[in-house]
Amino acid sequence: MSGGASKNFRTPLGLVRGRGAAKSGTEDFWLQRVTSVAGIPLTIMAIVIGMLLLGRNQAAVAQIIGSPFVAVIMLGFIICTVLHMKIGVQEIIVDYVPDESMKLTLLLANTFYCWAVGLICVYAILKMSFGV
Amino acid sequence: MAETTSPARRARAERPLSPHLQIYRLPLTMLMSGFHRITGFGLYFGTLLLAWWLLAAASGPNAYAKFEWFIGSIIGQLLLLGYVWALIHHMLGGVRHLIWDTGRGFGPQEREWLARATIIGSLSLTLIVALVSYLFMGGVR
Repeated sequence: MSGGASKNFRTPLGLVRGRGAAKSGTEDFWLQRVTSVAGIPLTIMAIVIGMLLLGRNQAAVAQIIGSPFVAVIMLGFIICTVLHMKIGVQEIIVDYVPDESMKLTLLLANTFYCWAVGLICVYAILKMSFGV
Repeated sequence: MAETTSPARRARAERPLSPHLQIYRLPLTMLMSGFHRITGFGLYFGTLLLAWWLLAAASGPNAYAKFEWFIGSIIGQLLLLGYVWALIHHMLGGVRHLIWDTGRGFGPQEREWLARATIIGSLSLTLIVALVSYLFMGGVR
């Protein structure tokens, strides 16, 4: 494209096709759909659980979240959410950040943040479940 | 708009450009597209509220009292309301995207209807959640 006597008829699209900004394939696209479908019932149940726990004291909240049924739903909600938001914000970063090093830094920060939030929530739920 | 410095951009062939944000008046479908991304990004940080809640509940009465104090404050309640609305809005927007993924719902009337259903649905469902929470569950304390 830049200078040169030979004419290049390849369009910019042709040059980048197959290597998008994230440099990966369709796995993220598909996982985003899977987690969005799973997210519908999980979100509804998580909101209902949150409403049922309003105004209860810590012991009651910990006991209810730690009960098997609620714990599994909340674990599902957290894992689904964290996977979904990691891909979602990754998409936002590659859309808006043209600078390569800044982009990689933010992608790294995104991964760390999502893992941290996910680990905190999973640990807390398991702690309440196993009562240690 | 600042001139782009990328050589590839400068050497770009003269082709028609797709009109962007500044050109269009703001249709509801475009607004809802933006809302979907913005609510998703808001939820990204809103999840910290959830993490704090779970960690506090797992830690003990003192930690939970601190969380309850925050979530019971005006700012906390507004954040929680915003979080719930964003969650519901993003979920309904997601349903819309899943419908589009099947190749349906792109017609002029359909997409307008879907955009309206998303915002009206999210606002009414949030109102219902808030009303039930405060009238029957005792609200945030």
